[in-house]
Amino acid sequence: MIIGLTHYLTLAAILFTIGIAGIILNHKNIIVILMSVELILLAVNINLVAFSTQSGDLTGQVFALFILTVAAAEAAIGLAILVAYYRNRGSIAVEDINALKG
Amino acid sequence: MFYDLIVFLPLAGFLVAGLFGQQIGARRSEQITTGLLGLCAFLSWIAFFSVAYGHEEHALIVPVANWLTSGKLAVAWSLRIDTLTTVMLVVVTTVSFLVHLYSIGYMHEDPSRQRFFAYLSLFTFAMLMLVTADNLVQMFFGWEGVGLASYLLIGFWYEKPSANAAAIKAFVVNRVGDFGFALGIFLLFQLTGSVSLEQIFAAAPSLVGKSIHVFGIEGDALTITCLLLFMGAMGKSAQFLLHTWLPDAMEGPTPVSALIHAATMVTAGVFMVARLSPLFDLSSTALSVVIIVGATTAIFAATVGLVQNDIKRVIAYSTCSQLGYMFVALGVGGYGLGVFHLFTHAFFKALLFLGAGSVIHAMHHEQDMRAMGGLKDEIPFTFWMMTIGTLALTGVGIPLTTIGFAGYVSKDAIIEAAFASHRFGAVYAFCCVVLAAGLTSFYSWRLVFMTFFGHRGDWSASLPAAAHGHDDHGHGHDGDHAAHESPRVMLIPLAVLALGAVLAGMAFRNGFIGSGFESFWKESLFVGKDNTILEDMEKVPRLVSLLPTLMMIGGLLVAYYMYMVDKKAPARLANSNPLLYRFLLNKWYFDELYDFLFVRPAFWLGRLFWKGGDGFIIDGMGPDGVSARVLDVTRNVVRLQTGYVYHYAFAMLLGVAAIATWYLFGGVR
Repeated sequence: MIIGLTHYLTLAAILFTIGIAGIILNHKNIIVILMSVELILLAVNINLVAFSTQSGDLTGQVFALFILTVAAAEAAIGLAILVAYYRNRGSIAVEDINALKG
Repeated sequence: MFYDLIVFLPLAGFLVAGLFGQQIGARRSEQITTGLLGLCAFLSWIAFFSVAYGHEEHALIVPVANWLTSGKLAVAWSLRIDTLTTVMLVVVTTVSFLVHLYSIGYMHEDPSRQRFFAYLSLFTFAMLMLVTADNLVQMFFGWEGVGLASYLLIGFWYEKPSANAAAIKAFVVNRVGDFGFALGIFLLFQLTGSVSLEQIFAAAPSLVGKSIHVFGIEGDALTITCLLLFMGAMGKSAQFLLHTWLPDAMEGPTPVSALIHAATMVTAGVFMVARLSPLFDLSSTALSVVIIVGATTAIFAATVGLVQNDIKRVIAYSTCSQLGYMFVALGVGGYGLGVFHLFTHAFFKALLFLGAGSVIHAMHHEQDMRAMGGLKDEIPFTFWMMTIGTLALTGVGIPLTTIGFAGYVSKDAIIEAAFASHRFGAVYAFCCVVLAAGLTSFYSWRLVFMTFFGHRGDWSASLPAAAHGHDDHGHGHDGDHAAHESPRVMLIPLAVLALGAVLAGMAFRNGFIGSGFESFWKESLFVGKDNTILEDMEKVPRLVSLLPTLMMIGGLLVAYYMYMVDKKAPARLANSNPLLYRFLLNKWYFDELYDFLFVRPAFWLGRLFWKGGDGFIIDGMGPDGVSARVLDVTRNVVRLQTGYVYHYAFAMLLGVAAIATWYLFGGVR
């Protein structure tokens, strides 16, 4: 079986959907949300690389590297915020984080 | 400068005690206000003798300051000094000084004495502004000033709801009269183009026969003006139909009742009519109305006074009745006579009120006469003073001469004048005042017998268990109910007033209403050419002159029988005529009638505007309604803002999905 563009795109779509579902359905832990965000970014990366290979253009892969960098930075900042938040509130349960409530 | 001092010294006293009372203390406030008033009274007597027995024919005008000038309307602060003014000055400052002095004793337990003395001085100042006014606007200023002071003093014990209610009632009822007074001033300005007394009097004769249109009805201008002005006098002097506030005003401290609601403020109406005699004398109709209203008040108040049990209310109704006498005197054209009765009445009625205050003080603030009795031996000085006051009020004197107590000289003259007058309503007035003289004697002696004779508790059988109309202000009820004589500072004013009650009539009769009339009053009172009432009243039949004395003795004998000999008689009489008794006890049901006619519709209207106008329309549909709708919307919108990140993410997803769907299926063409 030849693994073609369709398979990559399908995998990316599945990953993307899992990431979205992780954000929306997860009511427990905010770290899971961060992980889901990573998942979404990875799905995008897969798309970029797949299309790059398909069209023989390296630009897409360069951008994938950029995205990885951004994702790493985002994860670091997100975890830092999380730690600070935990110090302040004593909890990082998603249910407790509702300071925006009207 | 001399007259300025008389008028403005009480103002100074008010300012000192009112603004710095807390700093200088109660004692110093009392001393300052009383001292200034004493000086004021002394100067007033000098002014009285120099003006009334002097030779200056014209009124002296003392300019003080310009008040306002607007087009034709020019109002100045100025003092008009003539005999009428000085008579009032003497009455006001003398009684006020004595009441100040008396209050030092009477109010000595009250924690806010500074306020009390400040109000008293304020009242005196306003009253002096009223009596010295040279134009109607300044008179109106004083008129409202005394109304304000009266309101403040009736409600002096503001912790008591009844005192507050009485104060508001006095204020509102007076508003009705003042409305008429204000309209009268407007009308006079319209007719004469001036509010100054001098110019109004000069223009008055030319107004005779003029007519004006009011609501499509043509009326005599002068009569309408006088009636409107008289409406003001009716309110202030508690005449029939506008009298309801005066008995309730007894909620105030007793010295206030003596000063304001007996001697001075309530006589402002009498003063006003006398002051405007050049106007009133030209309108026979208006004078007839004055007679009829006065006579009705005299008899009405006397009948109610018969059955009251509160010692102060009896005297209050008596005041009301005597004011009626004064208006009868004015109505028949005897302006000097009306003012004469005002003058003598001030002495003996203030005496009676202060005496009643002394009794109340002695009884530890018990005001119900049924709880009293036998006080003659416990407080003999007060007893004698009250007796002198009663003798003066009932008009004891030697018939057919002018020797007698103050009330005899002035009141009997009014009865004779009512007989001698040929004006419409004078016959009715004569019947009323003669009958009222008998009733006056009865209720006055009833008061004395119930309070001072017999034994304590003679009348307590008819005392309702919870009826304690006390002036309860920190006077501890320690169970010690022995009556005690008042301190000397309260007794001296009584003695001075008693002297006045005995002598004022005889000493000043000649000037006020006798042969010295012309040289005494000079130009201050207007007497028309055909106004010969003062001569006519000397020529009445002997029987008429004897009648008041006979009525007085009759009243005394009946009171003596019912309250000294057969003490079951009052109750028996009340039980055999329950309807009449209740009718009188409830003051002819005037309060109930007014409650039904005015108070309840006013409340109803108020509630309509409040609930319907303000609550429903303004709040429901106006700004408040709009804001309420906005709140309703946001309350629902707010629910969307849960604060949970995943909800926001879901909303974003939905949005993205919607955009993508639209883009895929319909967006691109």
